[in-house]
Amino acid sequence: MSMHTLYNLVTGPLAWAAFAIFIGGMLAKFIYLTYLAKKKDPTVFAYLSTKHVIRSWFMWSVPFVAKNWRLRPLFTVVTFAFHISLLAAPIFLMAHVMMWSEGVLGISFWTLPDQVADWMTVIVIVCCVYFAVRRMIVPEAKYVTDIKDFLMLILVALPFITGFLAYHQIGDYKVMIILHIVSGEVWLAMIPFTWLGHMILGPMVRGYMGSEFGAVRHVKDW
Amino acid sequence: MTVDTQEKKIIEDPGIDQGAAKLTPEKIAQVINTTLGTENLARLYAYTKTCVHCGLCSDACHYFLSHDRDPKYSPVGKIKNTLWPMIKNKGKVSVEFMKEAARIAHTECNLCRRCVQYCPFGIDTAFMISTVRRIVHKLALTPQYIQDTAHSHAATMNQMWVKEDEWIDALMWQEDEARDEFPDFRIPLDKEGSDVYYSVIGPEPKFRTQLIYQAAAIFHEAGVDFTMPSGTGWDNSDMCMFTGDFEMMGRLKRDHYESAMKLKVNKIVMGECGHAYRSVYDMGNRWLGWREMPVPIIHSIQYFYELLMAGKIKVASTIDKLATFHDPCNTVRGMGLHEMGRAVAKAFVPNMVEMYPNREHNYCCAAGGGVINCGPPHKMTRVHGNKIKAEQLKATGAELIVAPCHNCHGGLEDIVHHYKLDMEIKFLGDIIYEHMVKTKAVEE
Repeated sequence: MSMHTLYNLVTGPLAWAAFAIFIGGMLAKFIYLTYLAKKKDPTVFAYLSTKHVIRSWFMWSVPFVAKNWRLRPLFTVVTFAFHISLLAAPIFLMAHVMMWSEGVLGISFWTLPDQVADWMTVIVIVCCVYFAVRRMIVPEAKYVTDIKDFLMLILVALPFITGFLAYHQIGDYKVMIILHIVSGEVWLAMIPFTWLGHMILGPMVRGYMGSEFGAVRHVKDW
Repeated sequence: MTVDTQEKKIIEDPGIDQGAAKLTPEKIAQVINTTLGTENLARLYAYTKTCVHCGLCSDACHYFLSHDRDPKYSPVGKIKNTLWPMIKNKGKVSVEFMKEAARIAHTECNLCRRCVQYCPFGIDTAFMISTVRRIVHKLALTPQYIQDTAHSHAATMNQMWVKEDEWIDALMWQEDEARDEFPDFRIPLDKEGSDVYYSVIGPEPKFRTQLIYQAAAIFHEAGVDFTMPSGTGWDNSDMCMFTGDFEMMGRLKRDHYESAMKLKVNKIVMGECGHAYRSVYDMGNRWLGWREMPVPIIHSIQYFYELLMAGKIKVASTIDKLATFHDPCNTVRGMGLHEMGRAVAKAFVPNMVEMYPNREHNYCCAAGGGVINCGPPHKMTRVHGNKIKAEQLKATGAELIVAPCHNCHGGLEDIVHHYKLDMEIKFLGDIIYEHMVKTKAVEE
């Protein structure tokens, strides 16, 4: 298989498959949990309160508001920098947006300056290293960490490492860009099947607990 | 840490040990799979799938902090040693594993829900530990002492094997006693159409009868139109909620509410108890499918606050000791009553100092969640497991702890004693009764 065919494969059918699995998987998770709650756990809906869902989301999305964020400043900075970069860099990278605008979507949207995206990539990689080291040396994290948790971090870091190398033309660009695309696709496709799914389940649990604490128990949940 | 491990090995509990002797791996698997496969599925699914194993819940737990940050005491560590293997192995776990799970779930977690406030997702570890206890209950592995109280609930509808005549006698005895102080004093039984139905916990008629006297005296002085039932329903406590015997929990709560409804009262006021509040306001009603309460239920903290603010009880004298306020989990993380509690305490004890952390972030007493009810065999588990509470109390320099919850009293007394803190512990009712203006009392 020539490099060109391979490129077409990973940017064509494989990309479609990855996005389909990612979006379909997340939707399925959302629908399944909602169905399960309706059928087997109806008190969840009985006490859901929009105001407190939003309040809880907001309070936990701002660094240093929640008590636990304030107790561990370094971790807080790292986790916020990580999550913001992790989402913003791939979505708003000029090269990615161009693929959307010239390709399927035909729309263009706001992009990050390349230099900013480049730094964000570095941040994601460094944060992954931090998380891995933390899982090795902080006893309460180490105690509940197994090999899968490290694989998860590698899975997340790989598209960023390869993207960084490709952008800076380190190594064989053609190989690197294909590795970048493939690792990104594997990452996307794995989200619904691993704890990376906290992307959708996290806000659902947060919202529910925000309602319980806010609407039922009349107390802060942060 | 090594001392701890050894200590754990020698804790024997006939409830756990004799129950385990009758178990087979097949029975364990069947019970685990039916429970995890049919009950509260959505929350269980969401909590277990969302957890990223970060350990951020750890700093919330008094057991973890008291054991020099030993990770097996962290909230997620306890889930790792109980629920995770049950799910992962599809119920195929050993009898020894279940014994350990029963011990962890019943004596190393107070279901205080502090960790819920520390998890960035709000994962409810207390809910998962409750689910473990539910499995333990179905396998008949529940620690003996708390199982005895659950049996009492089932046989007598109260926690302490109090017979009906003993209950009525306890009330009449207190009425009789109080008439020396307040000549017109009554504890009206079954008075239909009263404003307030006052409910207490089993231990009050059994061995803390003065608390009934005090509460009734406060109501009498405040001119409250109240009643207490002569039949079952008077006990708002609920150990079945903590053993995972939810069927019995439902029966207890229905009896409690129906007894109030029969008397056509406007509201139920309950004594200074934390867990009972969780049972009547949070857990029991849900089991019965009641979103709202059929009769409004008000905790004493709130009721005393309302009486004080309305000027129905007035301050005659104040206590000049330095005091601190202990927030019970179930009245703060369960209802946010921290400011009201402080306002009442401060009116009588102006010299108050905060413990840190406080309010909704307060450390648990380590007695709640049914842990103290597991009895003497497990006493040191909770006392050693709450060294952090002793440190927190000591740092205040206070001589008096105001704690509006029975379980907290039990737990704090043991801690104060073991760590030699020389602090007194009082209920709000204690200080109000002693220091309110008594216009209806005989003059001395």
